[in-house]
Amino acid sequence: MSEDRRVRVLVAKPGLDGHDRGAKVIASAFRDAGFEVIYTGLHQTPEMIVSAAVQEDVDVVAMSVLSGAHMTLFPRVKELLEQAGAENVLVTGGGIIPKDDVKELEDMGIGRLFGPGTSTKESIAYVKEWFAICAVSK
Amino acid sequence: MTIREKDVPNISEVVKALSERDQEISDLKAKLLKWESTYERANKRKAVFNSGSGTEISPLYTDLDRAEADPELLGLPGNYPYTRGPYATMYRSKLWTMRQFAGFATAEDTNARYKYLLDHGQTGLSVAFDFPTLMGFDSDHSRSLGEVGVCGVAVSSTLDMEELFEGIPLDKVSVSMTINGPAIILFCFYIAAAEKQGVDTRVLRGTIQNDILKEYQAQHAWIFPPNPALRCIVDMFDWCSENTPKYNPISISGYHIREAGATAVEELAFTLANGFEYVEKGLKRGLDIDSFAPQLSFFFDVHNDFFEEIAKLRAARRIWARRMRKVYGAKNPASWRLRTHCQTAGVSLTAQQAENNIVRVAYQAMAAALGGTQSLHTNSMDETLALPTEKAARIALRTQQILAYESGIPNTIDPLAGSFYVETLTDNIEREAEILFDEIETLGGVVPGIESGWFQQKIAHSAMRQQKKIESGERTVVGVNQFTEGSESIEIDTLKIDKEVEKRQIAKIVALKKSRDESKVSECLSALHQACRTDENLVPKILECARSYCTLFEIRDVMQEVFGSYKEPVFF
Repeated sequence: MSEDRRVRVLVAKPGLDGHDRGAKVIASAFRDAGFEVIYTGLHQTPEMIVSAAVQEDVDVVAMSVLSGAHMTLFPRVKELLEQAGAENVLVTGGGIIPKDDVKELEDMGIGRLFGPGTSTKESIAYVKEWFAICAVSK
Repeated sequence: MTIREKDVPNISEVVKALSERDQEISDLKAKLLKWESTYERANKRKAVFNSGSGTEISPLYTDLDRAEADPELLGLPGNYPYTRGPYATMYRSKLWTMRQFAGFATAEDTNARYKYLLDHGQTGLSVAFDFPTLMGFDSDHSRSLGEVGVCGVAVSSTLDMEELFEGIPLDKVSVSMTINGPAIILFCFYIAAAEKQGVDTRVLRGTIQNDILKEYQAQHAWIFPPNPALRCIVDMFDWCSENTPKYNPISISGYHIREAGATAVEELAFTLANGFEYVEKGLKRGLDIDSFAPQLSFFFDVHNDFFEEIAKLRAARRIWARRMRKVYGAKNPASWRLRTHCQTAGVSLTAQQAENNIVRVAYQAMAAALGGTQSLHTNSMDETLALPTEKAARIALRTQQILAYESGIPNTIDPLAGSFYVETLTDNIEREAEILFDEIETLGGVVPGIESGWFQQKIAHSAMRQQKKIESGERTVVGVNQFTEGSESIEIDTLKIDKEVEKRQIAKIVALKKSRDESKVSECLSALHQACRTDENLVPKILECARSYCTLFEIRDVMQEVFGSYKEPVFF
């Protein structure tokens, strides 16, 4: 695996909620950290997100969900990625996700989820670590 | 005209007074120099002390900071330029309205929460809709999956609106509705529900947020592109000035702009700039400014920096009054007077050690009262985790009641007036806002600013700057980057929305569609479609649709066919 390859991240806002302060801060911080960042913009359906992820050939899909719809949106994106043959893409994200739901999502194969008060350094470190170990050579 | 001798000040008396004043100033300057040298030599906690917006704050403010001040700019409460308050008697006559934002699950569930809050002393209602409703989708739409009733109450028709206010007399209780993209539709549901209660629309009191400009800039709950959206808003200004004179057809908001990352100055400037834009749109329509301006209302955030927030509210009133009178030529003082609702800053709350939020909210509420707000929502401590539980909502309401009845703060009007610090801050924030107004004008105005992404970028950059300050420790967030003992686990009870809510809502819509007069529905929707293509005021046609139980999405879809939908310029 080439060490020079930059991590490609799709930052996505699924569902109807338009509060994107967090998504934009993450996108900005990831870009400053040297990742290649594509931000989908708002009001994305899981289908739109997966289509973009496949098209952009990303390593990571990072979703921001504050609306409480995470138990619908995260699993659906994971499912569609698998159907598209992109099962190695890391699905991570953050927002307002109760502890019990985090556990349930982890069991489904979703990566770490970051709640309020998280430092961007933490999420950047997580993605870098994951990439070093798991990323598929492209 | 003859000048009587005693009217002419004795010249020597004047010279004496001036020279005494000069002596006072020079004495104060000498004392200050001494104080400054003591200050320089002492240890300081930080090199620089900044306000929340990053403006440097001096260690001390004195009479000298006010030497050039114009007393006319301060004035009296209820008098132009309203720095000291929009009303002459303020809280001596009437406390701010305690208006807690609430809504979840179905109309029936929320109706129960409204009755609980009213029983506990809340004095006005405020409706929080769920995301499908906010975006104009019925609960049974495919886009609504997983989101029905989760962040607010699901309202898909007039029937839901009737249930929402069942047993709550709309002629006696004022209602604020937070809705923007489909505001004109929900407004008509509300009017139709009031009609069902037998209430005359002329007595209805309340507010509908209906501020689409800040949606494009910050909250992003839009449907149509700017021009048709603004047309609908002006339609409401016009219709409301005739039919609901006690109702505010807009709440020009800074809260969302602030929460998205803007500084206090940006919040102030962008909100008022949006306000000016709405006024200009009304004037372009040919409306008489004094016929609609008195019903324009505002909504500001109250964040952590106590004095900055107070100064912001005072400066807002002064700027608005001056523009309305001097630039737009309004003659009615009610047109000059800025009235506002405030909400304590959601973004300042933490998930860690959530009980601390009770304290944050209390300080912020105090700033709102000292800033002269007309209406206030205090956040619940658990809102970083979920919608509020009953207990958390009760504590938030009690926070306002303790402030109102125990603190003594409402005993006198604008108690901080004359404070060297507060008056200097008020002047400074006004000056900084004026700089931003000039910048916006250079862009060509608010709408070009939105289309070019200028507002959105400024807000995103301020958000990023804040995040960096928190991560570097420059800005302290108790429980998050300092004093974190006790932050390890988040253990409080939170509200859980029953997954059955979505099913119940869908069943309701199915039943509604079976029981209504379908030919009337088609007729109304068709008439609305026609009307969208003309210049006519859309409220009457949408009201007909509402009365016939057309659903939210059915109405929105017809409008969207003509108006199109908004595509945002994406960047970060």
